[in-house]
Formats: sequence, structure tokens, C-alpha cells
Amino acid sequence: MTKEPSVKNEKEGLSRRQFLKNSGLVAGGVVGGSLFGGLLTKQFQKQPVVNNQKETANLQEARMFFSRKEDFEILSAATERIFPKNDNGPGAIELAVPFFIDKQLAGSWGINAKEYMKGPFIQTQQVQGNQDKQGPNTETQLPTPTARYQTRLNRGEIFILGLRKLDSVSQEKFGMKFVEAKGDQQDEVLHMFEENKVSLKGVDAKTFFSLLLQSTLEGAYADPLYGGNKDMMGWKMKEYPGPRMGYLGQIEEKEFIVMNQESLKDYQVHG
Amino acid sequence: MAEKLKKVDVVVVGTGWAGGIVSAELAKAGYKVVALERGGDRTREDYTGVKDELRFTDRYEMMQNLAPETITSRNTLEEIALPVRTRSEMMAGTNLGGGGVHWAGATYRFMPYDFEIYSKTVERYGKKKIPEGMTIQDWGITYQEFEKYYDRFEKTAGISGERDPFGEERSSDYPTPPMKESPAITLFKKASKELGYHPYQVPSGNLSEGYENPDGETINQCMFCSYCTQYGCDFGAKSDPMVTVIPTAKKTGNFEVRTESYVRRVLYEGGKAKGVMYVDTNTGIEYEQPADVVVLAAFSLTNNRLLMLSNIGRAYNPKTRKGVIGRNFNGQFNITFLGARGFFNDKKFNLYMGAGALGGALSDFAGDNFDHTNLDFINGGGIELRQYGDAAIASNHVPKGTPRWGAEFKEKSIFYTNRNLVVWYTPAIMPWWHNYLDLDPTYTDEFNDPLLRVTNKYTDQDRNIAKFGIEKTKGIVEQMGADIIDEDEVPQEFDHIYQGGHYAGGVVMGADPETSAVNNYLQMWDVENLFVVGGSAFPHFGGHHPTATIGALAYRASEGIEKYLKEGGQLVEEKRKSFQA
Repeated sequence: MTKEPSVKNEKEGLSRRQFLKNSGLVAGGVVGGSLFGGLLTKQFQKQPVVNNQKETANLQEARMFFSRKEDFEILSAATERIFPKNDNGPGAIELAVPFFIDKQLAGSWGINAKEYMKGPFIQTQQVQGNQDKQGPNTETQLPTPTARYQTRLNRGEIFILGLRKLDSVSQEKFGMKFVEAKGDQQDEVLHMFEENKVSLKGVDAKTFFSLLLQSTLEGAYADPLYGGNKDMMGWKMKEYPGPRMGYLGQIEEKEFIVMNQESLKDYQVHG
Repeated sequence: MAEKLKKVDVVVVGTGWAGGIVSAELAKAGYKVVALERGGDRTREDYTGVKDELRFTDRYEMMQNLAPETITSRNTLEEIALPVRTRSEMMAGTNLGGGGVHWAGATYRFMPYDFEIYSKTVERYGKKKIPEGMTIQDWGITYQEFEKYYDRFEKTAGISGERDPFGEERSSDYPTPPMKESPAITLFKKASKELGYHPYQVPSGNLSEGYENPDGETINQCMFCSYCTQYGCDFGAKSDPMVTVIPTAKKTGNFEVRTESYVRRVLYEGGKAKGVMYVDTNTGIEYEQPADVVVLAAFSLTNNRLLMLSNIGRAYNPKTRKGVIGRNFNGQFNITFLGARGFFNDKKFNLYMGAGALGGALSDFAGDNFDHTNLDFINGGGIELRQYGDAAIASNHVPKGTPRWGAEFKEKSIFYTNRNLVVWYTPAIMPWWHNYLDLDPTYTDEFNDPLLRVTNKYTDQDRNIAKFGIEKTKGIVEQMGADIIDEDEVPQEFDHIYQGGHYAGGVVMGADPETSAVNNYLQMWDVENLFVVGGSAFPHFGGHHPTATIGALAYRASEGIEKYLKEGGQLVEEKRKSFQA
């Protein structure tokens, strides 16, 4: 990995004056309300952000969705295998990914608030008669069962079911709990879910695994406001700067520009 | 019983680009217009200071809530369609401004070939080039006749661009200069030129400079902040209905928009539309809004469903291949946007910066710009390299063969975060007799009305054109000097994931009422005071992004509606049987 010198920092950001000029806001453009005004002011004052994140983050690290500690520990172990600590930096547990997932499952995403959840729920695509004999262009076609979300379970219920099954598969296979198994044994169990070789009641093991994988990465890289990506350590590993006003002066720049990370908290300030 | 409201001149369903333009034009002309929006009220402040990848890209904040209503989907007539349940599988805009607020901003015109696709294909290659069952048809208007509406839309939106070297005739240049060029775009253009192609800058609705449009609305300069596609703009620098046509309509004093108003029926009696019936989703109260002209300018799928629920028009029957409503469903998704991704070991790009329509493009393999005599498909598409600006969750690309998770995945995904570029092809999608829309026999919405059912499968045309595009894009990525090149795989079949919002057809335009539902003013052949505006009118999907064509169609329809309000009657003389495949 190449290391870029961070002296490029001085290049980042636009001056407030330049931003107003460029965006046409001075020349009668529309300023989007008080938040926008405050945002502009604050953004360019470049005040050092008071870092009391550590204490507040700790207070937030309690379970909101998972009532059983054991379920949460299985989740922690599984996410750490998916996104392990290595030379690049912290893994899922250090990034607080399990707490991120716990919070997500307690909210609208976990209860599928904005998904269509009316029945009937048909889990296997009918393949019989799938070939259309009437038309052209059908020679190369195959029946296509797809991994579509067709279960009456919401995401929270799928996680509970899936995590407990991780444990029981580990017990069957290795005679020990998932959290006690070795790393490569845990991987083997996870692969069985990924390849749909385990049967869960009411949902494909693969559907659970996809959700687990997706939410682990989200927890590593989403804005810290959701409880993961602790101290923006996920973004630091990726050299991702976080939300910024813009890059009008940098977009044509040939060299890679490394910036310090800023979060939505820094960006929004107060309305 | 529904509460009956005071009659207005025009009622418009939907407030995206289509509904917004029609509302603005008719309100400016002095007609009383009411627009109904199923989603909520939004202002620019809703999108200020909320640059949050999880909320908008991963949780689809700006997309339709599927709990009350979605679509069902299947590949063939014999299958049972299943509902598309989650927002990661179904993408359709909602709220004031519709899909026009979350769009990326790419503003291409369709090609002269597209408007006369049947005639021009037969003329150059003979009738045999068109396979049995491919239901292409001329659009009932030529590019030359339609050009002024494109010009109009581009000026309203302030589009930033430069002429495509392969470009069609234009009556004027783009209103604002092209966007800045990032090193990734420079590399794409250089490699393309070395291969003898003709690259140019993507015409962009993210503006290169501050602009005042002919209606007096101001659009700001793009900051390249990257929070663009699937977001509302932080700065009012992306052209959308909220900063252009909706304020224009409001200024007239003739326009009223009602949000949280879910239209359930077009009221229809004695061959004419009488108005619409809608529900205020806050109170549950039903209203009848009578009007002289009814305009359906909702999402393409919604336009279809409203006609079907209201029993208006002749429903398409795939078994007899007769009827028009629901015919020629088409769209760009999944098998579209395939290409090749290059991974660079020694080059880093500032990929966290960007804008929705920031990119390079070329039209060497678009439309009929190249000879198809020895090719097993017709039409073509644009080739693009876009620099959207990826946030941290979206930028996890790894070379093929890398595990999807674990230590190796982590290491490579971090290493390649700023070292990969993708070039893709955006092929046209042809219509087929077996791809259509109707009402689902099983699944219903929250009012127990049937959901819309999509029946859609891929054909050899789709697979062959995709394969061709992947080959061409791979050549460019090679020339760009990538160390590892991964080609996309061509899917065998449609996987029921509705991504990107480019779904069209079902209420298609044309010159012949046997094969079209609306004339070239988007006036229904069967109901003269009902206009159906939007992507639902596309008889096929041209090989470029659709927004400019939807905007231009809305200007064309506005002209027609005004003409109808003055003169009445059918605005276009029908030409029966003249375009039969």
C-alpha cells in the first residue's frame, strides 16, 4: 500500500467566499434555509471538533434489539470472521459493528416497515412449465429460481433464527458452541449458510447470510451516527473523507488527496 | 361516498419531470391546474446537510414505501408472479418532484433511428432482420419534428454538455458548458481515441456553472460532492422539478399541488375522463377531483395500473397479441449497464469525489451508428465511464476470484477502493410480445386493489447486445492500462430486481391505434381528454438514459393539451395498419 503524505490537506475544501461565488448563491441564488446558512458558516470556520465521542459511544454500546446476550455474542463472532482485524486495521468488533446491527434491527429496517409483507408467501419459484414454447428466443433459457425475499419473517426474526442456527450447526459439526469454535471452523459454518446448505424454518440460510454480510459492511463503513464505524476508523482504513461540502477545486487533481475524516456530526452542526 | 371537489381545467397525477412540466406549462397558459402527489411535500431543505450513504443509498430513503403497494414479477405467462417485496429489489421514486429529484442527471437524447426504428431497420437491412415476436414500431413522430422539445427541456434544466461527434442535428448548443474532467475521465477519453472512437463529456443535469432558465428559475453550480444519485442535491445544483418547473407553476397562481394524495381511479363516463378519485392518506378521506383534462404523469408503472384499475382502453392480451394497454413493457435494468471493471495496482483516483452525471461517453456503438448486417441484434447503446463519487459502503469492489468476505476480501477491498474504474454499455431494449403488464390475480394493495404484474424475460437480442457491449468496454479498459480486467457476465434470465428506475412502455405512442395507446401528443386514442405522459409512452427503450426524452415528451404533451383545451377532439389523424411487423 502506498502511503500518501498528508500535507495535501491544505488543498481540501473551498473557501466560503469561493463556494458562495461558484454556487451562484451571492448572485441571487436560493439559499436553502437556516440550516444551510448555519452549515456554511460552521463548515468553513474549521473549528476543532470537541472530541467527547469516546464517552458517549460507550454509553450507546448496550443491546437494544437482542435480549439474549448469547445471540449477540454469536453475532459478534460471525461479523468478526466476515470483517476481521488485520494489518489494515480494526475488525468488526472494534468498529462496533454488532451494536450497529443491533440498532438497525430494532428500527424500521429490522421490522420491514417499508417492505411489502402481504401474503401468500411462496418460497420456491414454480419451475414446471417455465419454458415458453410459443415464442422465439427461448432456446437458451433456463428456469430461474431467484433469491428473492419471499418470507413472512422480518429481518430481526431472520437474524435471531439464523444466529441460533449458526450455534446449533457448530454444535453438530464440531461439538462446541459457535463462539468457542476456532476461526476456520466458524468460517466453515458460515460457508454452509452462504451456500444454502443449511435449512432454516421459513427462510433460506442464504438470505440470512446475505443480510449478515451486507449489514456487517454497512456497520464498518456507515456514518458513525448509526453506532458502527467507531471513531471513523472504517473510513480511515479506506482513506474516505466522509461527507464534505464539495470538491470543485480538487476534481481535476491528478494526485490522490488524503484528507482527515469528518462525519455528519461535523457537517451538520446545528439547524 | 367520495367528497366531490370543485372542477378544475386540468388535473395532473404525479409531480416528477413529466407532471411538473405539464403543470408549469398549462398554469403559465392560464389554466387552473391541480397536481396530486402520492408522496410527501419536500423542499430543498429536506436535502440540505443530510449526506448519509446508509440512509439514501442502502435504505432507499427517497424511494416508494412498498408496504402499501408494490408490483409482482414473473418471466413467462405460465408462472405465478411473486411480489417484489423489498426496496433493494424495487426502485421507484416518490414525494414531490418524483424520480426527478433522485436522478443522476445524465441527459441524452434518443436517436433519429429510435423514433423510426421499424422503417429504418427495414430500409437498411430488410424485414428479415426483425425477429418474429419483436414488436418494434415507429413512434409516430420523427426526431426532426421532436427536436425542439428536447431543446426546450435542455434549456429548462440548464444542461451542461458538448456536442456528441456522432450527434444528431441540434437547433442550439447546450445552455451551459460541459462539466470539468477528472483524471479518470481523461484516461477513458485518451484510451477511446487511441482505439479510434469519439468520446465526449456526458450531458449533465449537475450544472457546470450557475444558470437562470427561461422561466427565471436559478440552478446553482455543482460542487462535485458525490451525494447525487439517489439523493436530493445539497445545493440546488442538480436540475430537478423542485428547483425548476414546480416553482414556475406555483408562481402563476394557477397551480395547486396536493401531496399525500393517492390516486386510485380515473373517473370515466361516456367515452371521456371526468376526473380522478383519490385518497388523502393522512385522513383516509376519499375525494373526487373533476377536470376537463386528466393527465396521468405518474411513474410509468403507475400510469399503466391506473388505466387498468379504471378499465380504460383496450387491454393487451399476449395470447392473441391484440390490445394495447400493457403492451411493449421495456426498460433498462440488470442486463443493461454491463461492462468491464479495471483494477489498477499503481494508480489511485480520487473516487470519493464526483457527480451523478460526471463522465465520459461515446456513441460509436449507439443506435444504428454501426453496421448490424453481420450482428445478431439490432440497435445499440452508449458507452460510459461515470465518476459518481462512491461513498465507503459502495466502494467495496474486488477482482473476481476474491472471497466475498474475510481477511482477503478486507485487504483487497481496501486496497482497490480508489484503484478501480468501470466502463459500461447502456444498450437499447427492444419490446417483445411476451413482455407486458397486467393486473395480478392474487396480490393486492392496502385498499385491496390488485397490484400491477410485470411479465418480462430476456431474449437472444438482449443477451447478444449485452455480450457485444462487454467486449467493446473490455477493449477500452485494456487500453486504459488496467492490471486486472473483470468482465461482467451476461445473465441468462431476468432476476426480478428492478434497479435504476428505467422501466417503460405499456401505454405506448404511435401512429396506429392497433399498436399504440396514445398519439404523438400522448393523447389517448380512445379517450380524447386523457393524456398519459412519461416513460410509459416509450414503444422501446433507446440506448441511452431516458430523462431528456421524458422531459421532451412532457413539453410535446403540454402543447397538445393546450391545443385540445382550445379546439377539442382528436389532435392526430390515425394511420391504421401502416406499421405492422
